[in-house]
This record gives sequence, C-alpha cells and structure tokens, in this order.
Amino acid sequence: MAPPANRRSGYSRRAQYSTFFGYLAGVLGALVGALLLILSIRNPDLFSGPRQVATATVEPLGAAGAGTRKTSRDAFSILEGYVLAGSRYDKLSRELAQARSELAEAQATKAENRRLKRLLGLVEADPGPVAVTRLVGSTAASSRRFATVGAGRDQGVSVGMPVRSILGLVGRVLEAGPRSARVLLVTDTQSLVPVRRASDDVAGFAQGRGDGTLQVRLIDLGVNPLKKGDVLVTSGAGGLFRTGIPVAVMTELSSDGGQARVLSDPAATDYVIIDQVSARAARAPSRSANSAAAAKPAVTGQTK
Amino acid sequence: MILPPRMRARHRLMRARINRAPSPLLAIGLPWLSIMLGSILSTVLVIASTPIMPPLGFLTYIAWRQLRPGLLPVWAGLPLGAIDDLYSGQPFGSAVLLWSVAAIVLDVVEARFPWRDFLTEWLVAAALTATYVVACLSLANLASASTSVLFVLPQIFASILVYPLVCRFAALVDRMRLVPIVEIG
Repeated sequence: MAPPANRRSGYSRRAQYSTFFGYLAGVLGALVGALLLILSIRNPDLFSGPRQVATATVEPLGAAGAGTRKTSRDAFSILEGYVLAGSRYDKLSRELAQARSELAEAQATKAENRRLKRLLGLVEADPGPVAVTRLVGSTAASSRRFATVGAGRDQGVSVGMPVRSILGLVGRVLEAGPRSARVLLVTDTQSLVPVRRASDDVAGFAQGRGDGTLQVRLIDLGVNPLKKGDVLVTSGAGGLFRTGIPVAVMTELSSDGGQARVLSDPAATDYVIIDQVSARAARAPSRSANSAAAAKPAVTGQTK
Repeated sequence: MILPPRMRARHRLMRARINRAPSPLLAIGLPWLSIMLGSILSTVLVIASTPIMPPLGFLTYIAWRQLRPGLLPVWAGLPLGAIDDLYSGQPFGSAVLLWSVAAIVLDVVEARFPWRDFLTEWLVAAALTATYVVACLSLANLASASTSVLFVLPQIFASILVYPLVCRFAALVDRMRLVPIVEIG
C-alpha cells in the first residue's frame, strides 16, 4: 500500500502546527492515563461510580447475551448427548442407585441434626436469598476475574454479599450499583475464601489462580491430609460466607495444600443466588452501635 | 421504458445516491462507535473463568489506525481507553495509558515503513497486541492481582488469529460510514 499523501505537512505552517499539537495531545493523553492509573491503584474504589453507570448502560445487552449463551451451550450439549448417550446412561443409572442410598442416609442425618439442635436449644435463622439473578457479563479480556449480575441496590444487594449458584460458590459482591452489581469471582487472584474439607474439619484457604482453578493452603502445616477428589466447602471463618457452601474439588496435591477445580464454573452458570452476609458478620457491628443496627433493617425494607 | 423488477430496484438505489453526500456525523462517528462496541462486546459474549477473550476494543482501535491513518486523532486513546477501562476490569487508566502509547508507536512505525502490505500490518499488530496483553497483566498485578503470565498466552494467540477478522469488520464499517445519504442543497 502506498503511503497516504495527505499526512505530510510539507511547508504549510498550519499543517505542521496541527501535527505537532496532535502528538502533544497524544503524549498528554498517555500522561493522564498514567496519572489515572496511579490514582486507581492507590484507591481502587475511586472510579466505581462511572463504572456502575457504564455497567447499567449495557445491562440489557448482557441480559440478551445471557439467553444466547444458554442456547448455544444447550446446542452443544445436545450434540454431545447423541454421541455419549449409551455410556452415560450406564454410568448415570449406577450413580443413581448409589445416590438413592446416600439420600436416605442424608435424610436420617438431617432428622438427627434437627433433633440434636432442638435438644441444644439452637434456633437457626435462615434469612433466605436476597436476589436470584443472571450473570450478565464478565471481564473475559482481562486477567482479573470480575462478573456483572443483573441485580443491584434496588433489589437489596449490598457490598460483601456472597454469590452462589446451585452448584456452589461463585464469588462475592464488590460494588453494588442501582440495578447491577460487580462480583469478584472466587477464581480471581485477589479472592481468598476460608474453606474446610466437607468430610471433616481440615481447614485452609482457597485463593484464585486466575485460570479457573484455586490454590488451596492448609492452616495446619505438617502432613497434607488432603486427597484428590476431596470436596471443599466454605468454613464460615471470617463471617462473610455461611458454612457449608460447596466451593471446589481437589485436583492436584502439594506439600502445603494443592490445587482445586471450582465446582460452579461461571461459564456454565445461568442463574445465581445472592445471599445475606453470614449472620455472625451481620451481628458484629450491631453490638458496637445499637442505634445504627436498629435503623438498618428499616432502610433495607424500604428499598425492597 | 419498462425495466425488469431487479433492475428497477437497482435504478432506484442509484437515483437515491445522486445528489447525496456522506453524513459527516456517521463518517466521523462510526469508527469511534465501533471501537466502543468492541470494548463492550468482549465483556458480554462469554462468562469466562480464564482470560480467553481477545481485547476486541484494542484490536478494533489498531485496525482503524492501520486502515485509515490519521482518521482518529493521536489523542483518541484518552476517551476511548477510558471507556474500555470502565468495562475491562483493569485498574482505571491502564487502557488510557496503553492505547495512547500504542497510537504513537503505530505512527512511528508508519513513518519508518511507509510501504507496507497486510502481512506487515498484521505482524506489527501482533507485536503490539502481545505487548498490550502482557502490559495489561503487569498493571493488574501491580495493582493487586498475582496472575501468572502463562495464563494469558492463549489470549495472545487468539488475538493474533482474530485480528484479520477485526480488520474486515473495520473495512465494512469504513464502507458504511461513507454511504451518501444526506441530500445536498
């Protein structure tokens, strides 16, 4: 391709000046960018306002996209179904038989739990979900793992609330706008979830690695008791997440923990459930300021 | 004269283009709009648990700069990068900085190699995109994350492969923006 002739400024003073000032503006733009970057690194919440407006603008597009994503995924699973039908049927009927007996066991345990809790005088307050909504977008082009959900302050969502799907923990709310909220997914490298093994009390932390897996570090050092295939659930430590939400399955072991695959893959998640912040954390501030705690439920009641 | 229906439609189209000029709003605005669309599209197309989506906003921006040098001003990275930052999940300002620098780098390359074909442009774009993705990763890591550089290699690969398609898209929009629709006089 020939070089475009119209970009040579030649002897025209005016053209030379406009080229010069154009580049000057370009360099200034880079400097402004560097300044904004420093500001936002020092205070990550600084630009959350414009971000919420921007997210709210494209929320309908994301909701439409959610439908399309589901359709295309279903098409693939139908195709896959034709190929794998026989072997899968076989496997599923074996698993179903196993699951039936385990269900009976679980029901017995549940009944026993209820009876023991009654004996202890424990009253369980399950406040129920705040909102059930869709994942409408994610930062698929960035190394950070954020997602957007289609519910916000108007639906009662506030910062810190855990987000889960029926399969397991998805993340927690980072910024809540009026009609949409930004979620920090568990696979982000900044997300740290206190977990324990589902079968006993081996406790640790699961940190995202940024590629859909988690790095698990145990609290007690020593011999690593974890095995491949162990299911990790939230331990409830720290009070952000309630106890017992499934998080991940161990896939690789190391001396102090290992790697785990997230149970609730956000790509395969349609609807997510936004829960209240776990009871312990919600109660903690009310001890320090009674009046504020008394005012708080009324406010959330109004916004609902 | 009686014309067959197909030719009549063509005739009408041609008549409709006589005495018309391109709308300046579309001619200048469409490139900007298509770049913003790219920024938004890369967030709503998939819910990803790894960085897999090519940075479509950046690719469209580069494609326009290579297709029509001088159409976007050198400072276009400031507003367009700011919009990309609102959606991308990067610390705010990273695209403002990197897009502005990319514009200057592209102009330097253009001045150095005035005669070029699509292969050279693709190579330049590939080098720029790879640098951009790694720089984005380092800026995010500088802010608070700690993702390994290995996880963005597939994204770099996908971006390089998808670039010719993005160029075709920019060329399509380029034809649309100069359709004469405004009546003269």
